[in-house]
Amino acid sequence: MDFDRIKEKLSILADAAKYDVSCSSSGSKRKNTNKGLGNASEMGICHSYTQDGRCVSLLKILLTNHCIFDCAYCVTRRSNDIKRAAFKIQEVVDLTINFYRRNYIEGLFLSSGIFKSPDHTMERLISVAKKLREEENFNGYIHLKSIPGASDELMREAGLYADRLSVNIEIPTKSGLKLLAPEKDHTDFMKPMEKVKNEIIQYKKESKLIKHTPTYAPAGQSTQMIVGATGESDRDIMYSSAFFYKNYNMKRVYYSGYVPISNDPRLPALNSQVPMLRENRLYQTDWLMRFYGFDIRELLNKDFPFLDMDIDPKLSWALRNRQHFPLDINKAEKRHLLRVPGIGLKSVNKIIHARKFKKLNWEHLKKIGIAYNRAKYFITCDSREKELRELSSENLKSIIIQNSQSKFRKKLNNQLSLF
Amino acid sequence: MTEKILKYDGSFKGFLTCIFTAYEQKLKIIQILPQAEDQEQLFTGTHNIITEEQKAQRVLKALKSKASVNGIKKIKYAFLSEAQDIEIKLYEMIRYIFSEKEKVELDYSHSAVLYISKIAKQVAREKHRMEAFVRFRLTKDKIYFAIIEPDFNVLPIINPHFKKRYADQKWLIYDIKRKLGVYYDLSKMEYVSIALPEDIGFSGANSEYFEVGEIYYQKLWKEYFDCTNIKNRVNMRLHVQQVPKRYWKYLSEKSPFA
Repeated sequence: MDFDRIKEKLSILADAAKYDVSCSSSGSKRKNTNKGLGNASEMGICHSYTQDGRCVSLLKILLTNHCIFDCAYCVTRRSNDIKRAAFKIQEVVDLTINFYRRNYIEGLFLSSGIFKSPDHTMERLISVAKKLREEENFNGYIHLKSIPGASDELMREAGLYADRLSVNIEIPTKSGLKLLAPEKDHTDFMKPMEKVKNEIIQYKKESKLIKHTPTYAPAGQSTQMIVGATGESDRDIMYSSAFFYKNYNMKRVYYSGYVPISNDPRLPALNSQVPMLRENRLYQTDWLMRFYGFDIRELLNKDFPFLDMDIDPKLSWALRNRQHFPLDINKAEKRHLLRVPGIGLKSVNKIIHARKFKKLNWEHLKKIGIAYNRAKYFITCDSREKELRELSSENLKSIIIQNSQSKFRKKLNNQLSLF
Repeated sequence: MTEKILKYDGSFKGFLTCIFTAYEQKLKIIQILPQAEDQEQLFTGTHNIITEEQKAQRVLKALKSKASVNGIKKIKYAFLSEAQDIEIKLYEMIRYIFSEKEKVELDYSHSAVLYISKIAKQVAREKHRMEAFVRFRLTKDKIYFAIIEPDFNVLPIINPHFKKRYADQKWLIYDIKRKLGVYYDLSKMEYVSIALPEDIGFSGANSEYFEVGEIYYQKLWKEYFDCTNIKNRVNMRLHVQQVPKRYWKYLSEKSPFA
C-alpha cells in the first residue's frame, strides 16, 4: 500500500465529503451472518465527535471529486481550482474494512462527484458496496448516494447492498436550482427518490408474503437542503421538506447551513457566517412536524414565512394562538399536551403516566423536568398559584426571554444587530 | 437477632448468594462487602458467604417473577458500578421488590429504587461509550487488542456486543484497572489475566508488539478525523460534552503519537 498517496487522497476526498451532514448509522438491523464481519446497531453508534460537534459514525468520503457539473454552491464544481483525486474501488474497500475492524466506524458513507455519466458513477458506487458485502462478508452499515439521473435498474441494485440511500436536493426551490445549478434538472433528483421509494414499498409487501426476501435499503432514504444560499424563506424550505416526507417516505431531511466556499456573486460572501441558529430553528420545526402533530402550515404560512430567531417555533406558535391555552395538565389530551411550549415528548409521557396516580402540581411538574419558565404561562395544575395570564403576547414573550437562558443569546445579539 | 456483615467473593452470583442466606437465616444485614475490602468490625458478627450457583439461581428466579427484564438489568448494571455501599442499597431494593405484590421497580418515590436506577443509568452510559471508544490495534500475533480503564466494571456487559460484531477476528479487550481481559479466539470468549509491558500505551504502535501496518491506519484515521471537521463551525463546549476529556486517551485521533 502506498501509504502517502492514500493519505493524500483521503484528505482530499474526506474534506470534500464533509458538507454532507448526515452521519447517521441507525435504523438498520442487519445481522452478522455466517461468522462474517460486523453488524448494524439499530440505534447507531458515534465513534467520535469532531470539534464542530458532529458525530463521526461512518467513513464519509467521495469516490472522486472530479465532476462534470458546475453547481455554484458545491466545493467540487468543475470550475473550482482545487486538487482532484480518485480512489480505486479496492482502496475504499480496504480502508473501510481496516477502520471497521479497529472499531473506528460503523460503516461507509460513499458519495461521489459525477464523472463521465450519472450511470457510470452510480455503477462504481454500487461495485464498492457489492464487493464489501459479497467478498468481505461485511454486514456493517453502508450509506450510498443516489446519483441524480441514474437509471432505475441501478437504483434497484443499489438498495440491495446499501442500508440507506440519499439524494441531496440541496436547493429547496426550483428557481434557486436554476440560478445555481443551471445544468441540473429538478426531475433528475426526483427520479431516483421515486424509484427507491417504490422499491422499499414493494420489498416490504413481498417480505410479508415470502419469508426470505432480501432487505432493500432497510434504513430508508434521506435528503439534505442547503440553508441560506439562495435567499429562500423558511417557509420554502419547510414546505419542500414536508413534501419529501409525505411523498417519498423520507426517514430524514437534513438542513445544512451554507458554509461559504466561493466568491461567486450569486452566493453569500466568503466571510459571511454559517447560519447555525437558523439551522437549529429549522430542525426544531422539523421535529414539531414529525413528532408533535403540527401541520407545517400552522407553523409557517403566507403571513408568517420566517421563523422567529429569538424563541423556539413551538413557543412562537403558542404566542400566536393563545386561544388554545391555558390547558389543565391533569385533564388535557396527549395531542394537546404536546403543543405546550417547554414540554417535550418524554415529559408528556411521564405526565400521562404520573397523573393516573395523583393530581400533579408545580412541584411534580418541575421534578418531571418540564421547562417550567416557558410552560407555566400555558398550563394550570393542582396548585393555587397562577401565572400572569392576562399579559399580551408581546409582553409574555419579552418576560420569557428575560427569564430564560439560551446558548444562542450571544450569537443572537450579533445576528440581530446586522438588521 | 444480631446485626451481621456479609462478605462475599465480589461476583454477582456471590452477591445473590448473600441475599439467599439473609432470607434463609433471617439475618439482619447491615453491610455486604466484597472480600478485598476487609475491615474487622468488632461489635458485629461477620459471615463469609461462599458462592453457590444454586442459591444464586433461586434468587434470580424469584426476582424474575417480581420484576421485569429491565428491572433485573438495572440491578445487574448497578452492581457493576462497584459504588460504595451498592450491595446494601441493592439489598434494600430487592427486599422492597419481594415485599410488595405489585411490581415496584419503577416506584421512584422509594429511595433505594431511585438510587439504583440512577446508578444503572450511569453504567449504561459508560457501556455505550466503551462500545464506541474502544480502539483495537492489530498485534503481531494478529489479535485485535484494546485497553480500557472504565470507571465502572463494564467489561462483562460490553463483550456480547463485540462478539456479535467481530465474529471473524481474534480480539482481546483488557481492563487495566481491574487487571482482567476478555479474549475471543474465533469460537469462544474467556476471561484472561496477563502481564502487559509498561510501554504498550492506549494508542500508537510500538513495532515490538504491533503489526507493521498498524501505525498507518492510526495515522490515516487521524487524517480523516481532522479533514472531516468544518472549521467555520467549531464548538468546543459541545465537543467536550460529547467526548469528556477522561476518554481522550483511548482515541488515537485525539492523542498525539509518533
